[in-house]
Amino acid sequence: MNRSFAESTARERVTHLLDADTFHEILGPAERVVSPHLALLGVPSAFDDGVVIGSGLLDGQAILVAAQEGEFMGGGVGEVHGAKLVGLFKRALAAKPAAVIVLAESGGVRLHEANAGLIAVSEVMRALLDVRAQGIPVIMLIGGANGCFGGMGLIARCADHVVMSDIGRLAMSGPEVIESSNGVEEFDSRDRALVWRTTGGKHRYLTDDCDVLVEDDVAQFRAAAMGLLGQSLPLSLASMEAEHALLASRLSRYGDCRDALDIWQRAGVADPLRVPDMEARQMPALKALNPKELA
Amino acid sequence: MNWEALLAALFGKSHDVKCDGDLLSGTAQFNEHTLTVVGTTHHAAIGVELALAQARVVLNTVREHPGRGILLLVDTQGQRLRHRDELLGINRYMAHMGCCVELARRQHHPVIGLVYDQALSGGFITSGLMADACYALPEAEIRVMRLPAMARVTKIDEQRLAELSKSNPVFAPGVENYVAMGGIRALWSGDLKACLLTALLDASTLDERAADGAARGGRRLAAQVTARVVNA
Repeated sequence: MNRSFAESTARERVTHLLDADTFHEILGPAERVVSPHLALLGVPSAFDDGVVIGSGLLDGQAILVAAQEGEFMGGGVGEVHGAKLVGLFKRALAAKPAAVIVLAESGGVRLHEANAGLIAVSEVMRALLDVRAQGIPVIMLIGGANGCFGGMGLIARCADHVVMSDIGRLAMSGPEVIESSNGVEEFDSRDRALVWRTTGGKHRYLTDDCDVLVEDDVAQFRAAAMGLLGQSLPLSLASMEAEHALLASRLSRYGDCRDALDIWQRAGVADPLRVPDMEARQMPALKALNPKELA
Repeated sequence: MNWEALLAALFGKSHDVKCDGDLLSGTAQFNEHTLTVVGTTHHAAIGVELALAQARVVLNTVREHPGRGILLLVDTQGQRLRHRDELLGINRYMAHMGCCVELARRQHHPVIGLVYDQALSGGFITSGLMADACYALPEAEIRVMRLPAMARVTKIDEQRLAELSKSNPVFAPGVENYVAMGGIRALWSGDLKACLLTALLDASTLDERAADGAARGGRRLAAQVTARVVNA
């Protein structure tokens, strides 16, 4: 039976992602490392500050892993939450795991401790890139109900690889934020189909912001992560020039598109309206139809 | 301070920095070296084009001028809040800018950030906050959100937030709060040339912000928690 990634807690996701009984949590709830700022505001805190970190085995290989708990403050990054992520990446420099895997589910900076969260996001980015520079791959898994937004959306695109489920979402600003700033005509946050095809896993997969698309199933995330072990892509001038060319090309090809359907159509997808009903396993064939256009 | 006055104070007439829309870019002569200057003005909303344009300047510097110092000038209202930018994957464009700054630092370009006007959320994370060190002018403003908006989001009385922010820098806007937390290395005032010279000489590729935040008392837990995870 499938185990839904979206409906699992952060701890359940980690437990079932890794080889059985291999997860060892670092600074777990028993240590009660909580946010002092939430307490000051009289807001309930969590004994793990909303992120589970530790080590374990994936396909027999030692990895480090972090999982954000979307049910706590929307997975928002505060001082302690961010410091746990930074610590995990710094630990990787000495531990040299086969990968650092982040199960990201976050609205971005936690507004209750906004200034600390903002700085923390940039510290996580720098610590993550230090790990990549050592040839250790960083893999993001995105499939939680809260999506991966704001600062975590930036962090996700600093990783070597991004895996998403079709119900996962990856973006910068949430639709509600855009609607409240620029009106419902700009982005109707209640139009679920529009939100999904703008930020969802299939769109990100078709435009190459996501490397592997899976169904909402922890076992499929596990298989995808296993397939990416050992595939490191350190930053270099050549790789950043290639990234720049990809992004410039995307802007010139699709910059005037007003809907994901337009992008898919222009990219060679024969019947864009069918995409929402397709299964994740059907998508690679769709993408292979016209790989030059889509990439 | 506007960008023209800032550059005049830093470089006199020894610069060719131009303003193209919201983008600032060019070079300056400083202390017998050439610096790349890149950034934004008019409280720019950072959309996909502006992120890409800044990244281009940084990449050109890395490719054509090994080791040349880079000054990032920050004046932004944050990421552009448009459906089109999200459709195109603005988070990837902004992350690309941040990674270009990272590449420059790794290839031994000293990179200094300076918030000379306004710095908000995402537009700041991928520029000034990715530098070796980021500085600010005293009159600059740095924030994620203002207290009234924070009061709405957190459902906590605004007056109470204002009261709490006197003793805790994590809530309220303000450059001093960012200095206390280590996100800003120091404020620049008086002789700006001397400030820039010191910044370039002090540029370190180590991320010292959490340690600064602990030493200054504005962010007491970050460095400690990070060390506990590393040593666990």
